[in-house]
Amino acid sequence: MSAESTLLYLDGVSVSFDGFKALNSLSLVMMPGEMRAIIGPNGAGKTTMMDVITGKTRPDTGTILFEGDTDLTRLREAAIANLGIGRKFQRPTVFEPHTVWDNLELALKAPRRPLKTLTYAISRDDRSRIEEILDITRLSALRSRQAGSLSHGQKQWLEIGMLLAQDPKLLLVDEPVAGMTDAETEQTAELLCSIAGKHSVIVVEHDMSFVRALGVKVTVLAEGSVLAEGSLDAVSANQQVIDTYLGR
Amino acid sequence: MLLRFFLMGLDRKAGIVLTILAILAVAVPVMTLWVPADSPFHLSVFTVSLLGKYLCFALLALALDLVWGYCGILSLGHAAFFAIGGYAMGMYLMRQIGPRGVYGNPVLPDFMVFLNWKELPWYWWGFDQFWFAAVMVLVVPGALAFAFGWFAFRSRVTGVYLSIITQALTFALLLAFFRNDMGFGGNNGLTDFKDILGYDIQADTTRVALFVATVAALALSYMIASGVIASKLGKVLVALRDAESRVRFMGYDTESYKLFAWTLSACMAGVAGALYVPQVGIINPSEFAPASSIEAVIWVAVGGRGTLAGAILGAVLVNMGKSYFTGALPELWLFALGGLFVAVTLFLPKGLLGLGAQLKAKLPGRKASPLSNAQPADQKGA
Amino acid sequence: MRRALRWLMAVCVVVATSTAAYAADLRPLVQALGSGGYSGTEKALAQLSEAGDPAAVPVIEALQAGDLYVRKSDGTVVVARKSGDAFTLTDPLTRAALGDAPAAAVEKIRINNSLRRAISASLGALTLMSPDAGVRRSAADAVFKSRDASALETLSAAIAKEQDKGVRAAMEQARAAILLTGEAASKMTDADIQAATDTLTARGDRDALVLLNMVAGSGASDVTKKLAAAAVSTLEQKLAFWAALQNLWYGLSLGSVLLLAAIGLAVTFGVMGVINMAHGEMVMIGAYTTFLVQEFFRAHAPGLFDLSILVALPAAFLVSGGVGIIIERSVIRWLYGRPLETLLATWGLSLALQQAVRSIFGPTNREVGAPSWMSGAFELGGLTITYGRLWIVIFAFAVFAALLVALKRTWFGLSIRAVTQNRPMANAMGIRTARVDALTFGLGSGIAGLAGVALSQIDNVSPNLGQGYILDSFMVVVFGGVGNLWGTLVGALTLGSMNKFLEPYAGAVLGKILVLIFIILFIQRRPRGLFALKGRAVEA
Repeated sequence: MSAESTLLYLDGVSVSFDGFKALNSLSLVMMPGEMRAIIGPNGAGKTTMMDVITGKTRPDTGTILFEGDTDLTRLREAAIANLGIGRKFQRPTVFEPHTVWDNLELALKAPRRPLKTLTYAISRDDRSRIEEILDITRLSALRSRQAGSLSHGQKQWLEIGMLLAQDPKLLLVDEPVAGMTDAETEQTAELLCSIAGKHSVIVVEHDMSFVRALGVKVTVLAEGSVLAEGSLDAVSANQQVIDTYLGR
Repeated sequence: MLLRFFLMGLDRKAGIVLTILAILAVAVPVMTLWVPADSPFHLSVFTVSLLGKYLCFALLALALDLVWGYCGILSLGHAAFFAIGGYAMGMYLMRQIGPRGVYGNPVLPDFMVFLNWKELPWYWWGFDQFWFAAVMVLVVPGALAFAFGWFAFRSRVTGVYLSIITQALTFALLLAFFRNDMGFGGNNGLTDFKDILGYDIQADTTRVALFVATVAALALSYMIASGVIASKLGKVLVALRDAESRVRFMGYDTESYKLFAWTLSACMAGVAGALYVPQVGIINPSEFAPASSIEAVIWVAVGGRGTLAGAILGAVLVNMGKSYFTGALPELWLFALGGLFVAVTLFLPKGLLGLGAQLKAKLPGRKASPLSNAQPADQKGA
Repeated sequence: MRRALRWLMAVCVVVATSTAAYAADLRPLVQALGSGGYSGTEKALAQLSEAGDPAAVPVIEALQAGDLYVRKSDGTVVVARKSGDAFTLTDPLTRAALGDAPAAAVEKIRINNSLRRAISASLGALTLMSPDAGVRRSAADAVFKSRDASALETLSAAIAKEQDKGVRAAMEQARAAILLTGEAASKMTDADIQAATDTLTARGDRDALVLLNMVAGSGASDVTKKLAAAAVSTLEQKLAFWAALQNLWYGLSLGSVLLLAAIGLAVTFGVMGVINMAHGEMVMIGAYTTFLVQEFFRAHAPGLFDLSILVALPAAFLVSGGVGIIIERSVIRWLYGRPLETLLATWGLSLALQQAVRSIFGPTNREVGAPSWMSGAFELGGLTITYGRLWIVIFAFAVFAALLVALKRTWFGLSIRAVTQNRPMANAMGIRTARVDALTFGLGSGIAGLAGVALSQIDNVSPNLGQGYILDSFMVVVFGGVGNLWGTLVGALTLGSMNKFLEPYAGAVLGKILVLIFIILFIQRRPRGLFALKGRAVEA
């Protein structure tokens, strides 16, 4: 497949730490507006894959292109983020000393240079955008609470809200429903689905019912490369997948 | 825009600090110059200089708090920027001595004549002009901090490693300034100043004026610092202090944010040093000693890091304690200072200004000991 | 027994008579010193020299010192020393007392500059014949320096007789020096010149270089100059080689001092991740323990003084280790996971410890002596190596090896590694993590105490001893790579050598500054040091 029409294009990406191959010639393609779920056993390379896409880890070999022509392997994290790639970590990391509102304000798409932020004054548009996200994430009532005092689920939502505020073209979401109640999980699935279309989303998740609720194409990783790809039912029926992952 | 910037930082705490400083700026000159010497409200010039010295240290502490309290950069070399600012001012004051030195050379300071130097080194040019020296007080520490920070932050040196290399930086400068051929007076440093801006540096009015200038510089720096903290930039700083990589993944180039705060802080430290030198009458390499940088850190810790006002309070209190101890019980001063380091880190992690919050947090269940937030946890990657 | 006694007596008689015989031969020449003014003295001196009898040496020395007089009453030459108003007279050869004489009764034998030169030359020549090898050697060195042509003949005679290899070499060098610089050079064959320059090259020190340089630049024949110039370049290379080797040794020596100071830190900082700014004070406490142990030996068993260091080693380990455990239990354990706070608290402790030692022992330096087996030096080729430094190098490596074994091969080492790698798991497996923490910190501090014993031998034992090492130690550990003992070893040796190789060019202080700048830049390039651990676990 040519890289031109794709949003994200990984080809033959390998990373090793002291001889351990975290990624082994991984190839993956995402189209604009697509939503993809990634599953795989521990140590399959899911988090490392996110690390190489977002510039945290440099791959030893391989190509990573964004929108067909931007080589992500040469850029630093901040530059990659500014291209329009947002990331949510496994453990929710919100800025605890700041209020919910400030967290969103920091994430909001706006000039990122120090002198711009020094003289930044919030505009009417920005304000209404934050209000909107507070609404979506059901945090309106908590806007002036310190983020550190939120519950675990609220922090997850705040972080998703921050991703929305960033308005990225591609969202990388690592285990968004870990530690959430069933109701929250359902709401989160709804939220992610509503985002897809406008944004492309990669979701890494262990929770099968959540992946099923998303109802999207699934990629199974094992030992640093792609084992199977297709609908959840199709990969669940794949004998290899059953052996390495689901069968356990 | 500038006004808005300053107003942004004006909260209740800033109001209190600025009011106290304003009272000092008015009351001290009155009590020194116009209240008769036999009145109980009279302040001696000696006391004024001592207070001025404390406030210079307070400014250094404020600068340190900006990077430690809000960016998580524990600098163990901030006294270096302080001393460089001091040297820049000292060089101006040396040039003002002119032919009144022991050797009577109109251009060369005494120590250069003594070393048989024939002409002024290039880096002393221009220091006969006050405006030039004043610019250098900001530029030299700022430039050094910028260069150092640019390398350090870009290569992601953080935490303890950064602390240790800042310590190495000030130690290297200490050794360098001890050398006679550096052209900064070697071991003895710069001293025997005569006048500043044409006024006799020993005169009562000059001393009071220097004190007022220090108060003004502290107030202005406080306003700048709290303005920065209250801005969105300040929020980014606090955010990256706690979760730097998260901020990076949000698209902020955290290195340039840290560099901004670091350089600004170094400039403030430089100003503090420049105001310190004319008030104590000497600058020598011992100001670069690693111990003085670490001592400045404890001022901030005592007052409460990340509070700005706490830095000022801590600097003044600890130095008053130092003056008392070194006068009355010199043997015990290091015990007291050492004990302070231990006690503050163990029992007052938020400092004096955080004491209220700390007590409030403790009151509901009495279970939590003041030490409970420390647990033998796994160390960061070794 | 009786036979031995008789034999001894016989020897004595022979010695006595032989001295008497010499004295008889020399007597007229000594007598001649006193007559004929300057020229008469000079002539007699030359004859004394030619006689080649070491017995004349005291006489000539007396002449040199201005103690040789003529007794006016009978014209006898005597040694006279002023005592009160009068002079005490002795015989210059036999040293027999000749009674006192008033000042007016004797007349001094005067010497002038030309005589003075002659005197030193003939002294040099005569001592070449001394029965004492040490005297002959220093005589040969004196001739080498003076290059007095008049000594040439005596020198040749002495070389022919000389049995001691080292002394003969020194004499040959002296001879070569005279031959090359004197008038004789013009009459020498090329082969002789070659031999002479070779001899000087073989001497191989700076004096030889100066001399050859002088010859190469002098008005000597072209052949001589060419040969000398060739010898100069050979010699310069040789000297540069030895200088480099000497620097390497100094570097190794400084490196091992750094290693000693840093190795304890490699445990507390590298393995446990604790920033102990009071580490230097653990070293200082070790040094003071050495002082106390030595005082004890001085007072109670001066005969065993040489063993005091061996007793001080375990004592210092226990004292510093004990202080370390107290610090860990009372302060550091509350601060795990907060490295910057640990740094501040331990800095406070270091201030208090310094002041405590200052209050107890006073602010001045304390004298720690070196045992006899650690004093002195030996030469190895062109190297001078002091025993003290040699022992410290050996000791540093021994401590390093012992620590390596302790961490890799013992149950305790296994526990340490288990706790640092996965604390909850180690806890669950029944390892008492709190105790392991305390003991690990004690181990690191105890090693610092050992370093203190070694440093007490080469540094001033004062309350500030530790301050000088703390920053260097951190530099070594950080440069080598935290958590890696081999990194610490390589770091210490690299920084030590770098310091010593920069010193000749930049001076000690600038050299140190350059090393600091190098480390600052290096940490920027490799924030995790020379031997960094890689992988995801590192990113916290």
